[in-house]
Amino acid sequence: MTATDSDIFGKEDAPYASDQSRAPGRQDVGPEKPVTALSGDGQVTWLAGVLGFVRSGAVFILLAALIMIFTTAQPAFINLSNLMSILQAVSVVAILGAGVTVTLAVGGFDLSIGAVAASSVMAASYAMIVWRLNGFETVLLVLAFGAVVGLVNALLIVRLKVPDLLATLAMMFLLSGLQLIPTAGRSISAGLILPDGTKASGTYDPLFLLIGRYSLFATVPVSVILMALVALLLFVLTERTRVGRLLFATGGNEVATRLAGASTVRLKTLAYVISGTLASLGGIVIAARVGRGDVSSGGSLLMDAVAAALIGYAVLGLRRPNVLGTIAGAVFVGVLLNGLTMLNAPYYTQDFVKGAVLVGALALTYGLNRSNT
Amino acid sequence: MPLLRVDQLRRSFAQTKALNGVSLTIQRGEIVALMGANGAGKSTLVKILSGVLAADSGTVQMKGHSFSPRSPAEAARAGIVTVHQSTDLVAAAGQTVADALLLNCFANRSLPFFVSRAGIRKQAQAMLAIAGFDLPLDRDFGDLSAADRQLVGIARALGNRADLLILDEPTASLSASESDRLFEILLRLRRTGLAILYISHRTADLAAIADRALVMRGGVVVGAFARPIDFDRAIETMIGRSLESARPGERTARGEAVFTLRDARLLPDSPAFDLSLHAGEVVAITGVLGAGKSRLLSSIFGTQPLAQGEMVLDGRRYAPKTAADAIVAGVAMAAEDRHRSSLMPPSWPGNSIAATISLPHLARWYRHGFLFGDREKREADKAIDRLHIKASGPLASIWTLSGGNQQKVVLARWEAEPSRLLLLDEPFQGVDVGARQDIIQAIRSRSDRATLIATSDPEEAIEVADRILVMDRHGLVAATPDRLAFAPEGLPA
Repeated sequence: MTATDSDIFGKEDAPYASDQSRAPGRQDVGPEKPVTALSGDGQVTWLAGVLGFVRSGAVFILLAALIMIFTTAQPAFINLSNLMSILQAVSVVAILGAGVTVTLAVGGFDLSIGAVAASSVMAASYAMIVWRLNGFETVLLVLAFGAVVGLVNALLIVRLKVPDLLATLAMMFLLSGLQLIPTAGRSISAGLILPDGTKASGTYDPLFLLIGRYSLFATVPVSVILMALVALLLFVLTERTRVGRLLFATGGNEVATRLAGASTVRLKTLAYVISGTLASLGGIVIAARVGRGDVSSGGSLLMDAVAAALIGYAVLGLRRPNVLGTIAGAVFVGVLLNGLTMLNAPYYTQDFVKGAVLVGALALTYGLNRSNT
Repeated sequence: MPLLRVDQLRRSFAQTKALNGVSLTIQRGEIVALMGANGAGKSTLVKILSGVLAADSGTVQMKGHSFSPRSPAEAARAGIVTVHQSTDLVAAAGQTVADALLLNCFANRSLPFFVSRAGIRKQAQAMLAIAGFDLPLDRDFGDLSAADRQLVGIARALGNRADLLILDEPTASLSASESDRLFEILLRLRRTGLAILYISHRTADLAAIADRALVMRGGVVVGAFARPIDFDRAIETMIGRSLESARPGERTARGEAVFTLRDARLLPDSPAFDLSLHAGEVVAITGVLGAGKSRLLSSIFGTQPLAQGEMVLDGRRYAPKTAADAIVAGVAMAAEDRHRSSLMPPSWPGNSIAATISLPHLARWYRHGFLFGDREKREADKAIDRLHIKASGPLASIWTLSGGNQQKVVLARWEAEPSRLLLLDEPFQGVDVGARQDIIQAIRSRSDRATLIATSDPEEAIEVADRILVMDRHGLVAATPDRLAFAPEGLPA
């Protein structure tokens, strides 16, 4: 097979001709714009709009439906005090979930939060009862403890390059073992007998207990206020600041973020420190609520917080970690469990219900939204 | 009857006609070179022949039978096997060579469920005997040299009774002696009746082994050259113009030196070289994949250390340790493979055009840390106008854009703030011809900085640069003072 000269050179300018005939300007939306099968047909577009609304608002629509159903079945459900107790019940999970959300944003995953919260309960109790610190000092100490755990997690992950899941899983083990050592495996309450036989003389600081037990205007519990503050702060941080954009950029494309001149090492460290600190804040709230250092506290916190963060993917149809979604996810699960309890559903169905919600939310996030992209 | 007959093959992606009626035939026992610039349709053709993509229309006949494979395995059964450029795709480290050779047999269940080590060795030995290679069967695949990995891929192809072997830039990562060994083997295989479709930019390779060359441009075969191949003519056919007329606007004035690299070695044992770039100058570095172009750019950008050498930027010593150092000093780089190096995934924060452009400039544009105000939107609007980016607006997702427009956005990112030296690694990857002209114009319109472009495509180098340098095996082997003197003979052997 041979080509003649005219064959070869006659087409010389062909590729460029199209270039000159192309009108510049951005109104000229090129053929690249993906044309969905639905556009172009008014009625179908309208339907797609509704579908999109239903998808992005699904969690809120379901939440509203649940509240109506529960209120109809059990009018006491809608009482302000019951709603507050729901929020109080989910506050710890929501605070921890917000921390997980930040680690998810940088493309990581913090499995140690449950253990951090549990060991923070022990640390707070130990600080007040054995070391006789006051409430203020205890809070600072425990928050610092959480931050240090986050720092160690970050060290393992960014310096030693241990994969996120493995590093934080190992940290989870380490902490749940560590919290047992100072008291030889005993729970901590006033009058604790230490391993060396002496009796601890401290007590819980009454001010500290207010964190878990006081309600503003006798309606809004402090833990709910803390949850709202955490939600607001982290929402602003992740969605409205430069650092938040870079945190998400790290999780979206770490190479690109580094090549854009950002320090992904520092950003990841920040995420794990935030997560560790929030987990210890969750621990403080638990300690202040129960008033003792229970070795078995915080059992299901990790799974609940992770579930809240993952349900959050479905909220607003974002399909990505987001703080408001996480809070909404935690509240959603809380409303469902509270309502079912009021309707006399047995306690042992709770995990099943949470699992079903998570499965549904993930199916909604990944399955139904697929047509969008 | 030809071994392979391709007739009027067409394939479009959205509005881009990647293949626009390709016809060619390949006989048994011949080595056919396939030449063409990026975007000419070579890889689309290869993908269709190897069962990765389906054609929109047209026919392919293999040994007289109609052939339209739906998977690489199906293509292999019909006798067409492709060995890709990247040897990572052959097998993985941790497998022995014997395992790697038999990977297909494991996958297609031609081996029994339980296999003994000895059984595997025996079969692998038989496979090597067919190809006539000598490879260490018990070595870890990861420990092999690039050439040996390539041979494993070829041996596997032959062991699976290939009639047509498609080789995509097989010498890209080989040394000269390794290449010679490969050529010897290919020529011997040709005598056994095997047909080879050989894709390469290295004219020396093609001169050594090809029986004839086919040149593709714009999705069709535009030229065919029999041995002895006239490579000047072939390259002119490839770029669609005479080499002399391929110059863009004449620019003789050269500003002061912006960047100098002295006595540099990329690897401890690679040759040393100097490099000097002037303001307002566009310099292209060409050379095959793996020649060290990307490494040179990364070294200048601070993401990979130089083995030796000293850099000077604007008269001051410049020794960046991270990308951040380089950016602060006024050096910007749009790295190779924009998806991996520049873009956020779809439906993730920061995937809009505006956010893509603003990522490196957030600290400068939003000093208080809060993303209030529309600075990034305004910058994106400017870029859309200036570079003729086809988009519905500054907040449109980057994933709604074509490859060419995505690349324009990446260029806009690094042009949004003034820089002294702009490094562009393969800026025309997956960019259609129209967008390429826009990008070239944008690059060449700046006189305040030096621009260094790495491209493995000599045609692109000719189109965009004032000066072309050639890199081979991590050394700068040829530097032409001006583009007129550039001719394909200047390409390294």
